[in-house]
Amino acid sequence: MELLVSETRIALGSRWLLLHALAVFAFLYLPIAVLILYSFNGEGVGGFPPHRLTLDWYRTLFADGPIWDSVLNSLQVAIAAMAIALIFGVPAALALERAQFPGKALFRRLVLLPLILPGIITGLSLLMLFNVTATKLSLLTIVLGHGTALISVATTEVFAGLQKLDRAQEEASLDLGANYWQTFWRITLPNLKLPIIGAALLIFTLSMDEIAVSFFLIGRDNTLPLEIWGRLRRGITPEINAVSTVIFVFSLIAIVLWYRLRVRAEGGADAGAEIVQAIEGDAA
Amino acid sequence: MFSRAYKAAVTLPPLVWVTVFLLMPYLLMFCYSFWSVSESQTIVHSWNLANYGELLRVDVYWQTLLRSMWIAARVTVFSLLLGYPLAYFLSFSAGRKKDLLYQLVIIPLWVSYLVRAYAWKTILGSDGVLNTLLQYVHLTKHPLEFLLYSPFAVVLTLTHIYTPFAFLPIYAALEHIPRNLVEASHDLGATPGQTFWKVILPLSIPGVVAGATFAFVLSLGDFLAPLLLGGPSGIMISNIVVSLFGAAYNWPLGAAISFCMLLLVVSLLVFSERLEKKWSFS
Repeated sequence: MELLVSETRIALGSRWLLLHALAVFAFLYLPIAVLILYSFNGEGVGGFPPHRLTLDWYRTLFADGPIWDSVLNSLQVAIAAMAIALIFGVPAALALERAQFPGKALFRRLVLLPLILPGIITGLSLLMLFNVTATKLSLLTIVLGHGTALISVATTEVFAGLQKLDRAQEEASLDLGANYWQTFWRITLPNLKLPIIGAALLIFTLSMDEIAVSFFLIGRDNTLPLEIWGRLRRGITPEINAVSTVIFVFSLIAIVLWYRLRVRAEGGADAGAEIVQAIEGDAA
Repeated sequence: MFSRAYKAAVTLPPLVWVTVFLLMPYLLMFCYSFWSVSESQTIVHSWNLANYGELLRVDVYWQTLLRSMWIAARVTVFSLLLGYPLAYFLSFSAGRKKDLLYQLVIIPLWVSYLVRAYAWKTILGSDGVLNTLLQYVHLTKHPLEFLLYSPFAVVLTLTHIYTPFAFLPIYAALEHIPRNLVEASHDLGATPGQTFWKVILPLSIPGVVAGATFAFVLSLGDFLAPLLLGGPSGIMISNIVVSLFGAAYNWPLGAAISFCMLLLVVSLLVFSERLEKKWSFS
């Protein structure tokens, strides 16, 4: 009864809140809706009302060699960056949770910094490193940039997973005579499967979309966002809307997959909050 | 329970990698900021403070930095104004639709940054969707020019991009408020307004600080939205850095500005951490 009373009290101001929420959702989705709508527009990227609906821009897109080359480049970069971020990000999470060593606080800060640092600083500092070491800029330098920056994502996700992990299982495994290596592969890693897959998906998507770091580390071959960027500078056609729509659909698929994983991981807080906690809170 | 060897095995590889690819580059940036460029366009490793002196002396640098901070501040305020009530609505009034609505806030985060900035460009342009719509319904006769290539366009776009960032930590903070505190406040006769100002808002401050930090820091360092939508009056500090590393070819000066930004960001992080600790109740 008490509960009911206060529920209604809270609901008093909620008509305004509802209107506000609708307005915010409209604000968040309006550009995406416009983008998709005008990918079918016969004439130009703006202009109201849209007319002469057509699939021509998708036909142009599918026959567009440079775009598909850049998609392939981006896929390679994303997969390689994912591997680097996981290979170093998973141990980093274990180190932060289980080991004490001098400079740990600095290490934690460094690993997580790229999450909140504007991409331009990460990109430029790596550019200077490659310049000093006379490394030629190529897709490989972009991989190193993405991989390094995204270790932060792998570490936060896996760190959150580790905190929910039941240590008793690992202890039992060690007591029963398995060595650390066996325990890691047979107990620790399988228990972290969901956070790792979630992190991998997130890293993949973030790398596919990344532009600020790539902007400075690009060699001859373009990634997809940089290819789009180049075209935006030259003049825009609804073909860009079409490719954006295709990207959107794939991102949506990734979210649904990711959300399913989250639900299965049950009780798993959201990645956003975990990342915020990791940066702001005391993970050590 | 973990042996020294285990700890070393999980610590050393990431430690080495992060040292080589994060710490060293940042230190290198610091070194660069003391070097200079010769007449023949080569970088001279002479150690002096000339670059920092130039930052203080030449108006355009610190004026642009101030303008960037002003743009970032507006983005932060708008993101909070949009994000906080939305988070409150989801947390307290959305009922069973909560999870669905939460996903709806997250989805735009997964849509490419570039794609969303581009979408705003097609909306705000002089023959863009908004202007042609206004003329179509006879509200205006001529396109409104201030919509695109202005600080307005940059603030609008960055607010669109960072509202979900501001929303996330606020929502997490609101979700963690024990509901019996809210009940107790009501039972003790507080009005909903009093409950909000005296119980809910103070308890959600850490989330607000985290959200504000995200929005401010990330929009402060942005250079793509200003390039795409800002025009000459919407130039931000990162655009100057980009041109110093490109056509203007003065890496050392660019490094000095970047290093100042790095310092600014890290001190903001430390400051917001303190603030959050002060306000957190657990």
